[in-house]
Amino acid sequence: MATVIFSTELQEFTGEGKTNVDARVYRDLVTELVARYDLLKKGQLADMAVAIDGVIIVDPLLEEILPDSEVHFLHFVAGG
Amino acid sequence: MAKIHVNTTINGEPTEFLCDPNDTLLNVLRYNLELTGTKEGCGSGDCGACSVTVNDRLVCACLVLGAEAEGAEVGTIEGVAEANQLSVIQTKFLEHAALQCGICTPGLIVSTQELLKENPKPTEEEARYFLAGNLCRCTGYDKVIKAVMDSAETLRGEA
Amino acid sequence: MSEAKEYKYIGQRSIRPDGYDKVTGRAAYGADMSLPGMVWGKILRSPHAHANIKSIDTSRAEALQGVLAVATFADFPAQKGASKDLATNILANDKALYHGHAIVGLAATTADIAERALELIDVVYEVLTPVMDIRDAIKADAPLIDEKLMTVGLAEAPTSASNVAARQEFKKGDVEAGFAEADVIVEREYYTPTIHQGYIEPHACTVSYDEAGQSMIWCCTQGHFDVRAQTAGILGMSLSKLKVIASEIGGGFGGKTTIYLEPVALVLSRKAGRPVKMVMNRDEVLKATGPGSASRNWIKVGAKKDGTITAMQAKLYYEAGAFKDSPMMMGCMTAFTPYDVDNMYLEGYDVLVNKPKVAAYRAPGAPQAEYAAEMAVSELANKLGIDQIDLRIQNAAKEGTQTVYGPKLKAVGLVECLEAVKNSPQYKAPLKAGQGRGVASGFWFNIGGQSSVVLNMTPDGTGILVEGSPDIGGSRASMQLMVAEEMGMEPALFRPIIGDTENLAFSQGTGGSRTTFATGMACIEAAQDVIRQLKERAAAVWNVTPDQVEWAEGVAINTAGDDKLTCAQICKGAERTGGQISGRGNINARGAGPSFAVHLCDVEVDKETGKVDVLRYTAAQDAGKAIHPSYVEGQLQGGAVQGIGWALNEEYVYNEDGLLQNTGFLDYRIPLASDLPMIDAIIIEVPNSFHPFGVRGVGESGIIPPLAACGMAVSEAIDIQIVDLPCSPPNVLKVIQENS
Repeated sequence: MATVIFSTELQEFTGEGKTNVDARVYRDLVTELVARYDLLKKGQLADMAVAIDGVIIVDPLLEEILPDSEVHFLHFVAGG
Repeated sequence: MAKIHVNTTINGEPTEFLCDPNDTLLNVLRYNLELTGTKEGCGSGDCGACSVTVNDRLVCACLVLGAEAEGAEVGTIEGVAEANQLSVIQTKFLEHAALQCGICTPGLIVSTQELLKENPKPTEEEARYFLAGNLCRCTGYDKVIKAVMDSAETLRGEA
Repeated sequence: MSEAKEYKYIGQRSIRPDGYDKVTGRAAYGADMSLPGMVWGKILRSPHAHANIKSIDTSRAEALQGVLAVATFADFPAQKGASKDLATNILANDKALYHGHAIVGLAATTADIAERALELIDVVYEVLTPVMDIRDAIKADAPLIDEKLMTVGLAEAPTSASNVAARQEFKKGDVEAGFAEADVIVEREYYTPTIHQGYIEPHACTVSYDEAGQSMIWCCTQGHFDVRAQTAGILGMSLSKLKVIASEIGGGFGGKTTIYLEPVALVLSRKAGRPVKMVMNRDEVLKATGPGSASRNWIKVGAKKDGTITAMQAKLYYEAGAFKDSPMMMGCMTAFTPYDVDNMYLEGYDVLVNKPKVAAYRAPGAPQAEYAAEMAVSELANKLGIDQIDLRIQNAAKEGTQTVYGPKLKAVGLVECLEAVKNSPQYKAPLKAGQGRGVASGFWFNIGGQSSVVLNMTPDGTGILVEGSPDIGGSRASMQLMVAEEMGMEPALFRPIIGDTENLAFSQGTGGSRTTFATGMACIEAAQDVIRQLKERAAAVWNVTPDQVEWAEGVAINTAGDDKLTCAQICKGAERTGGQISGRGNINARGAGPSFAVHLCDVEVDKETGKVDVLRYTAAQDAGKAIHPSYVEGQLQGGAVQGIGWALNEEYVYNEDGLLQNTGFLDYRIPLASDLPMIDAIIIEVPNSFHPFGVRGVGESGIIPPLAACGMAVSEAIDIQIVDLPCSPPNVLKVIQENS
């Protein structure tokens, strides 16, 4: 199962720092998290970028999640 | 406002134009004569993007009135290459990657040409001070100075 | 990719394909486009920093002979969210929020008439107290810039509005425990001023509105697809009805990732029924575009005697200008990222002030926070009696380091940069009395994103490479080299051009150091697509299957026989084998590799005048793979010098009424050739495994380290710790006098 690690900001809604999720793609992982935590809204995660195994993805949907993946939600990073 | 009729020479070609008394040479070049190679960065003589020569004197075209070109010889970036043959300075700017965005490049090339006419063997410091009136925000001047020094050497026949 | 690969074209210092036009004056920039029947647009700007707009009367102006149209905020359809902030920045609604805020747009047959007409517009203002500094803005009784602004991110929801738009925090480990372990602690508050990107080319556009057909914008921008989206959003237009052509661009550095003129020009064009040209002057550029955030940053760092940094803490306040969204969060995410330290805690605040809405500026948010962090780390090294570079190597972030913002770092080149600087001739050069030396690191993420590329092969076997990322610093040369490498053919056979919004699918702009990485990947993919088709065509000619055809050095080889066909031969006969050949790479690039930079600065300070001279400067940065080394060096050198300007000279100076005092290049003084030494650039290549050639972006990191490298060098030269930038002569003199 993939490990999802929550930022300080998201811990307000999850009440915990990390969790394990059995999902093969990012879309299903989000569906599972929203179902698991009442306070967490889909829109909230949809506005965030994600890092899957260290690779930052600003617009995720169909990204593959491996059983030993580590997933972090991040804020969108723009550049100059 | 009555227009002024000006007879001048630009890059060796006899040219005449009509301008308002308050039109700058820069605006005349860019908008009356469609010589847009001379750029406007500030309009106040601080950036050198509009460097041109008037009677062999290096000036900011934004600080000269169009009417002052009467009877004068004006040199712009468009006159630096002969036909399609780039000048040594132009070639060296390309070889040294002395431009990034390129907006300051016409002014820098015109200024460098004047520097090397006045002082064919400048020290790095002399080159830096001569070109202090030409702002470049992209390069940090390193490659510009290298291109200038290399141009000087080549023009002296040393390289 | 772990081993260095041999390349045929990549790594060459080729002549850029757009070079000829740029050294002859032929290249057409933002202000260089004219259209038949074109008229001139100008903007009336607020003379006040903060004022309610009671009324706008344009009747006297409109009565002037030659005036054709006016535009105000009322001409924009209703907006929401970020689009509303953008629209309200482009033309003020009911409040002027900074000195120079656009109030009315006007078009006339000549620029001269337009300017005279502006003086005939009657605006009645109710002048309000301006809020010009973070310290004033966060006071409980501060005048409110936006009376509805409620802080987001607070533990408890606020009950009243304030000038603080957001709070953010990032945490790792336990800083209290970390500081308890420390033998030495440094704690200070640092200040960085409001600065401008300082591109030499002012914003400019020429537009034509066409109700029935296609409206057109020609403008200088870092992203013409973004101009299309932003402008169409503000005007309620369909994307396919608006064509945007990116002119050559005369510098941007982040400042041309947003729009100022285009929607106004289109409204004026619609009303006047004529094409409209608008060109800002320098005064307008400084008053109303950019700038980069000023910041007040408190830092605390602690270490053990052996040099192990045990805790790093920060409280960062960033000015957003008059609308929310400073790059505060990216400041939090970057401040301590050069360090592998267990305990970190950062808080960031996004604060409104009566200054222009800040725009991205090269690694937005990072220089401010990393300035403060790096100054503190260098001071810590001094207190510990450890060499500035050694302390950084000892605590350096590396592959596997847990970042404070989430993921672990992949392979990065920080230690390599630190070691390169330590081994540089400059680091070994002795210093004289009155001279000082500073070292600083810089971290920036870099981004990937969407890039669309088409490679159209011509019947003679040469190719037109159409890409969508405006070329701001020589990127066409890099694209050409990457395609040549992939195709195994001479670079000069491929002509790279920047397509307009009709030629290509959406492409993100040039920013975030993404172009060589992401658009480069799209170019490679387009080349691969062409190669696949060339092999299919050759296979058809030879009556073999495509997998029996190999591609090498620009030639198709029949492995089932000994036939060969060159690219030119296949393209020449393309009409017989299925039609003309073009390849496509429409990608969303993932796996951007962060770029670390380390700079070394030596200065001499004249203690009589406070003037700082930079004596020597070395800049090392991890490029992953330098496709065109000259333009990579150029990014390192240019970034370094922008950072030197930020450190030593540049700042917005406002008077007590909040009016900007230095609105020209004479007194907003960016570095001149005579201010600088050569900048020694050292390219480090730790490949990014997500790019076929190992590329990381290099555009941004280079502006980060100069602030602290210069700041620390000045501190050492005068033997007083600098905290406030810039180290301009009056500021340095003041510090010397206060401490003598």
